[in-house]
Amino acid sequence: MEKTWNNKAWFMVLPVLLLVAFSAVVPLMTVVNYSVQDTFGNNQFFWAGTSWFQDILTSARFHDALIRNLMFSGIILAIEIPLGILVALSMPKKGFWVSVCLVLMALPLLIPWNVVGTIWQVFGRTDIGLLGYSVAALGIDYNYVRDPFDAWVTVIVMDVWHWTSLVVLLCYAGLVSIPDAYYQAAKIDGASRWAVFRFIQLPKMGRVLLIAVLLRFMDSFMIYTEPFVVTGGGPGNSTTFLSIDLVKLAIGQFNLGEAAAMSLVYFLIILALSWVFYTVMTNAGADKPLTGVSE
Amino acid sequence: MLELQNVSRSVGGEKHIIDVSLTLERGSLNVLLGPTLAGKTSLMRLMAGLDVPTSGRILMDGKDVTGVPVRKRNVAMVYQQFINYPSFTVYENIASPMRIAGHSKAEIEMAVHKAAELMKLTPFLDRTPLNLSGGQQQRTALARALVKNAELVLLDEPLANLDYKLREELREELPRIFAETGAIFVYATTEPHEALLLGGRTATMSKGRVTQFGETTEIYRQPHDLLTARTFSDPPLNVMDFTKTGTRFASPNGVVFDAGPAFSGLPDGAYRGGIRPHHLAFETGDGGFEAQVVLTEVTGSETFVHADVGDDSIIALVHGVRRIEPGDHIRLSFDPAKILIFDEHGNATSASARQAA
Amino acid sequence: MARIRLDHIRHAYSRALGDAGIYALREVDHAFEDGGAYALLGPSGCGKTTLLNIISGLLTPSEGNVYFDDRDVTELTPEARNIAQVFQFPVIYDTMTVRQNLAFPLKNRKVPAAEIKTRVEDMIRRIGLEAKADRKARGLTADEKQKISLGRGLVRSDVNAILFDEPLTVIDPHMKWQLRSELKQLHREFQMTMVYVTHDQTEALTFADKVVVMYDGEVVQIGTPEELFERPKHTFVGYFIGSPGMNVLPCRMEGGEAVVSDIRIALPGSPIGFHSGQKTELGIRPEFVEIVGRNDGIPVTVEKVEDVGSERIVRATLAGTRLSAIVPEGASIPADAAVRFAPDALNLYADSWLVERV
Repeated sequence: MEKTWNNKAWFMVLPVLLLVAFSAVVPLMTVVNYSVQDTFGNNQFFWAGTSWFQDILTSARFHDALIRNLMFSGIILAIEIPLGILVALSMPKKGFWVSVCLVLMALPLLIPWNVVGTIWQVFGRTDIGLLGYSVAALGIDYNYVRDPFDAWVTVIVMDVWHWTSLVVLLCYAGLVSIPDAYYQAAKIDGASRWAVFRFIQLPKMGRVLLIAVLLRFMDSFMIYTEPFVVTGGGPGNSTTFLSIDLVKLAIGQFNLGEAAAMSLVYFLIILALSWVFYTVMTNAGADKPLTGVSE
Repeated sequence: MLELQNVSRSVGGEKHIIDVSLTLERGSLNVLLGPTLAGKTSLMRLMAGLDVPTSGRILMDGKDVTGVPVRKRNVAMVYQQFINYPSFTVYENIASPMRIAGHSKAEIEMAVHKAAELMKLTPFLDRTPLNLSGGQQQRTALARALVKNAELVLLDEPLANLDYKLREELREELPRIFAETGAIFVYATTEPHEALLLGGRTATMSKGRVTQFGETTEIYRQPHDLLTARTFSDPPLNVMDFTKTGTRFASPNGVVFDAGPAFSGLPDGAYRGGIRPHHLAFETGDGGFEAQVVLTEVTGSETFVHADVGDDSIIALVHGVRRIEPGDHIRLSFDPAKILIFDEHGNATSASARQAA
Repeated sequence: MARIRLDHIRHAYSRALGDAGIYALREVDHAFEDGGAYALLGPSGCGKTTLLNIISGLLTPSEGNVYFDDRDVTELTPEARNIAQVFQFPVIYDTMTVRQNLAFPLKNRKVPAAEIKTRVEDMIRRIGLEAKADRKARGLTADEKQKISLGRGLVRSDVNAILFDEPLTVIDPHMKWQLRSELKQLHREFQMTMVYVTHDQTEALTFADKVVVMYDGEVVQIGTPEELFERPKHTFVGYFIGSPGMNVLPCRMEGGEAVVSDIRIALPGSPIGFHSGQKTELGIRPEFVEIVGRNDGIPVTVEKVEDVGSERIVRATLAGTRLSAIVPEGASIPADAAVRFAPDALNLYADSWLVERV
């Protein structure tokens, strides 16, 4: 449908445009500028051209961080999407308990991210944290400060706890919109629970799952606050993701030029991967419906 | 007067409306008849100003309104799905267009009550749409359209979601109610029967084109082409291929009839003939043609006989209840004056125009 | 194939409503014979879909039992009852092809692969989708999808009954004819018990051997299309069936004759079983009202003549009551028109129920 042209609407958008310009566009331009300079932020600029980009793309440190990010996002998606679907399937569709469940699901999403990090930081300590203490009591040697594997597990479990609800809510919305007749027909066809899921629920949730996957991928790839608060990137650099590395460069070492270049590369990677995800998911199972008169 | 001049609209390479030219007079009732996806809704959206045509012009009383958005035009539209503001009462629903236009409270009160009375909604003014039956919800939508006093009223299959009997009732009331407002009334439907009952003028549509536009009964009796004749037939038109030699038409499946005064002027050659189901009758003598019954459907007062004539399938509508076994052979005949003859491409011949009812 | 018996079924949507006496279905006690084609006909809200869901097992009735042959199936689920249902909008598995859709119910019942193949191929041919058998079901037109829904029901060999819930709603008028006759042919061939819910009288009358007319949760009349047409037992049936519906003229009874505004109309036979004090009405269908010249019948005022192609409908008033008559195509209506009623088609109603006559 073609939208009709109404110029008055632009006035309402103007304040937002100004805000976005100041908080996003202008800083972005600054970053682009910095990325081709050598500077330490004291207003002295030396032209560096593409040298920062070359350095980054060939540095082992960058590659390691990138691989960590990819692994992290991969694991996150592999856990959260199926888990989210499962929980959404078990939620009631009608009645009193619906609102209770929805509120429960929304709670983790409302907590500020650094608070989430702090919660898990304390939670995982073997001396005062409930989780750490119980795990240690079971005889398992758990220390997220010293052991890279434990650090990873902690960060992953934290993210799952924090963000699975988003997937649940999105999938639930998709499920609720399926008309009853489909379930009735499946019952009559003698379909098993698995068949109902595979042939009715999953296809009908397709659109919504796409959004859930995209959102979770982008957010998990950009993750900073929670792992930083819990592990600070350690032990060593085992949980140093790209974002944490970037901040170290910019604020720790004040190497603004390199940091700017790295943020641009980071941005472009996310963009490229998101585009790939989107294209693959919209083309998988896209059968253009027949148009035309039924004769 | 609403005029469409060579209006076309394509969306993403698909042609939704192809070269439509229509003139709709004030106070007239116009029916858009065609199957789903024929373009009726697309055409109405163009008339309303919800969409802009890719080419062509739309003029209202001589003024070019082609790019003018719907809010600036004086249009009312009613849809198949009863669309009402769910949180407003019936009263507020009907009053909404007037409130937006800024009329005084007294004016609104009077107009709403008048519309409610016309649509038989007066006892329901305090209810919200969810507490109304389907018919009442649609009446609310219609009352809202009425109150707007629009120059152009578009109804897109408004009765399709209603019960059969409710549809009959509303169908009788609607033209009368809207005729009094003097607006241009456009009604889209897929049922030829409804078009005939509404009367007025009809535009038959198929695949984005208007195949014919004129007085409803005239189009029904003298369609310009086979496509219009088919669109306007319920039950479906029986179409057979004929070859004319001299004074006789003969078809490969054994149907033969005399050209008579109406068709004798036509050149010899291949033609297509359409026979309406109710023009076929049982032949008691040995005229007519033979057919093999596939199935009969009894409606209580009439019988639909589905039969095979050679390779063609036909439907005959006969009076009374006839129970015939599938597989039986019967003889059918028709009045040659009632057959619709088209050339082999489906266009009208000079003879068709001269045919009487 | 099964004989379906409904034994004193009543249904309220909740216990509270039932206690308050608000029933969706008031009392249904009826048997659907094995292999018969039935239609449940009535306006929205009359309870026909509720009744269908009780037969299929999607709904358990508040009171009463459902028997298939002699088995009490009231508590059984739809698949345990072995029924098939076709819904208002096509319900198909989008991600599967036509072939896979049809094979699905058989696969779930662990039917051997060879048998699945024969049955599915046979069904594809019957519903006319050979050309599209390997296409994803999602891309087909509405009527093709409905045929798949239907095919899924018929492909099973153990089906007791097929239930249709307004299946032609989304189908174009042209395709409706074809689908209807295919349904009827399928019924002849498979001889399965079929129950069809609709509010469209043409669909009901053409499909069914017997039509169950319902109103406000009750069964008003069950009969063949001819019976419903010629002898409607209730003025509602007369009104609901026929387009336009039956004319109902208020009248007085005097000495075995009906009097409509001082005009005496002789009734065939003698009416029995009614008494004075009841509201009497005369029912005559427009098909049996003849338009004649002024002196040959009862004078009426003609308001409008509608041309519907195959015939013309004359809308007139007789002593203040609306009257419709159907006349053949092209018939002329005299300026001073009068009507004559076919005597055998006159029905007398007392308090809206038909008065039998000898």
